[in-house]
Amino acid sequence: MIPAAFEYHRPATVDEALQLLQRLPEAKLLAGGHSLLPLMKLRVISPPHVIDLGRLQELRGIRDGRERITIGALTTHWQIESSDLIRTRLPLLAEAAARIGDVQVRNAGTIGGSLVHADPAADYPAAVLVLEAELVARGPRGERTIRAHEFFTGVLTSAVEHDEVLTEVRLPRIPQGTGAAYLKFAHPASGFAVVGVAAWVRRAGGRFTEVRVGVTGVGPAAYRARGVERALAGQTAGDAAIVAAAEQAADGVDVNEDLFANASYRSHLARVFTKRALRAALERAGES
Amino acid sequence: MKRPISVTVNGVKHESDVEPRLLLVYYLREALGLTGTHVGCDTTSCGSCTVIMNGLAVKSCTFLAAQADGAEIITVEGLARGPVLHPVQQGFWEEHGLQCGFCTPGMMLTALQIIERHPDPSDAEIRHGLDGNLCRCTGYQHIVNSIRWAARKLREDGAPAIPRDFPAAQGTQ
Repeated sequence: MIPAAFEYHRPATVDEALQLLQRLPEAKLLAGGHSLLPLMKLRVISPPHVIDLGRLQELRGIRDGRERITIGALTTHWQIESSDLIRTRLPLLAEAAARIGDVQVRNAGTIGGSLVHADPAADYPAAVLVLEAELVARGPRGERTIRAHEFFTGVLTSAVEHDEVLTEVRLPRIPQGTGAAYLKFAHPASGFAVVGVAAWVRRAGGRFTEVRVGVTGVGPAAYRARGVERALAGQTAGDAAIVAAAEQAADGVDVNEDLFANASYRSHLARVFTKRALRAALERAGES
Repeated sequence: MKRPISVTVNGVKHESDVEPRLLLVYYLREALGLTGTHVGCDTTSCGSCTVIMNGLAVKSCTFLAAQADGAEIITVEGLARGPVLHPVQQGFWEEHGLQCGFCTPGMMLTALQIIERHPDPSDAEIRHGLDGNLCRCTGYQHIVNSIRWAARKLREDGAPAIPRDFPAAQGTQ
């Protein structure tokens, strides 16, 4: 399969990329290319211009800061999965990265590309939602930060505007007494999440003091299961509360259907995986 | 409009003018004549087109040749040294790691990455590493055995899994 013809541009800086985007509003941005090129090969899209961000070194790498960890948008899944810093300080993100695609895909695909592509069955969205990440976009109006829960707006749609470039992901430090887990029911052929749930719990004095649940694969966009979170806050940290709260995992969601999983099955999986992810997160939170 | 690229493949530098939409796998096969890299599914699933690019196993059906400008690439043709097989090739020979051979180049290139990351790999690590490579002839057991054989040989030889030197390569083509 061969993509339709296009003009190829390779900016050397983010500013140059932004100028190209201004001049070529129909252009698509190429990062690792593992979402864009398959769509172009199938001719689902045939952009007349492709702007290859691959040489923008300023968008690569993981930086440790006092308040947060910053990940450049072009950092690959493998770099995240294998980073000692991420594995120690944000193990949930490493866990989600390690579940994406396969070895070759993780060597090439980037966190920024995946997030902006906003596939409803991608893995990162569940993790960045519960880690309360901030996504930084640069455009002609300057730089702005978008909070994770406002980032995923619909099927293959993010809050990044057409004239903007996602430059980095900022992840706040995780306090003590917390545990997190990402579990997914992977489609047996594609590996995408039929359902993926990231759970994050904080406990103190035998109670849940804060719970966050991010769900991917289930709705048109990844979402926080606020009903589950509210039902658990303040409850005795244990299985009884988890089992009851997980029932709300897909409430109010326009649940996806496809040949593999209809809405009722997918909702069921959402409840089961929410329960399991919460249990795993609670176990990792340990005693405090 | 064609675009000039410079790509080093198996130690040989190639300067070419390519159409932007030319995929890396077709560049290797059709422009350079290196047909050891196979096109299988053409949808980033089967791993038959796997090559090592700048030290990383990637699926060359999902890269533009233009993205590989400046890159160093290793294909299956870059593994043997004259008549001497690379330990990964030897492993597939010794352990009967192939039947029809279609998936084999991709399997072997992915194996290099697995062994580079896990010099003494467990079966689970090998199988997890082969997640992106499909074989339709038979099961994967002999492939796993082949990679374990190759890892042991490389440890004994004290050699890097991913070749660094290409003594046969000379100059620019």
